[in-house]
Amino acid sequence: MFKISDQPIDPAALQHQLRDPRAGACATFEGWVRNRNDGQAVEALDYEAYAPLAEKEGARILGEAREKFSVLNAICVHRIGSLQLGDLAVWVGVIAEHRGDAFGACRYIIDEAKARVPIWKKEHYADGGTVWINCATRGSAAGGTPP
Amino acid sequence: MTKTIHVQYFAILREQRGLAQEKLTTATATAAEFYDELRGRHGFTLEAGRLRVAVNDEFVPWGAPLREGDRLVFIPPVAGG
Repeated sequence: MFKISDQPIDPAALQHQLRDPRAGACATFEGWVRNRNDGQAVEALDYEAYAPLAEKEGARILGEAREKFSVLNAICVHRIGSLQLGDLAVWVGVIAEHRGDAFGACRYIIDEAKARVPIWKKEHYADGGTVWINCATRGSAAGGTPP
Repeated sequence: MTKTIHVQYFAILREQRGLAQEKLTTATATAAEFYDELRGRHGFTLEAGRLRVAVNDEFVPWGAPLREGDRLVFIPPVAGG
């Protein structure tokens, strides 16, 4: 299951969904809102998603992880909306018989999700400026508004 | 032949356009030509080469033909996680 959520993510509930007596390993990844990026003090983040395609592309990534690794189940939830420092932005959980497949699939899912799923992040800086990450254009204020 | 296209904007494109969605008529034949037309009109800073495009909630190549009533989204560089 790959889901876009406008509500806070509950890792305990998600991990409970993964419980399976066949599994000997559960690898999880949490992405948190960090207070610095590229040397600038970050105060908050806005995430937005093109949800119908994000969930389709996310489901394809989970399918690929199942083909590449011996996985019993996998869940990824990505938060959208306004987030504060320390908030949980993305959660990935994978169960497998053995840890190698659980770690490998978890890493694959978060790496591919960051690269391919239509989700965007706007950083708000302490100096008042904002930037849409990865949307910089030469000669512009990095795809955002100067302070 | 002109056609009506529903365009939805996200992130930097939404801010540069000042709208989340609109219905437009265009005589352009492909998503690539349509983006060039809109970029000229609205001053979008991103070149097409930095974007992907989706029609009716699925990725398509830039050369895909536009059809009456298509729902189109230009996808700026993503940054999840």
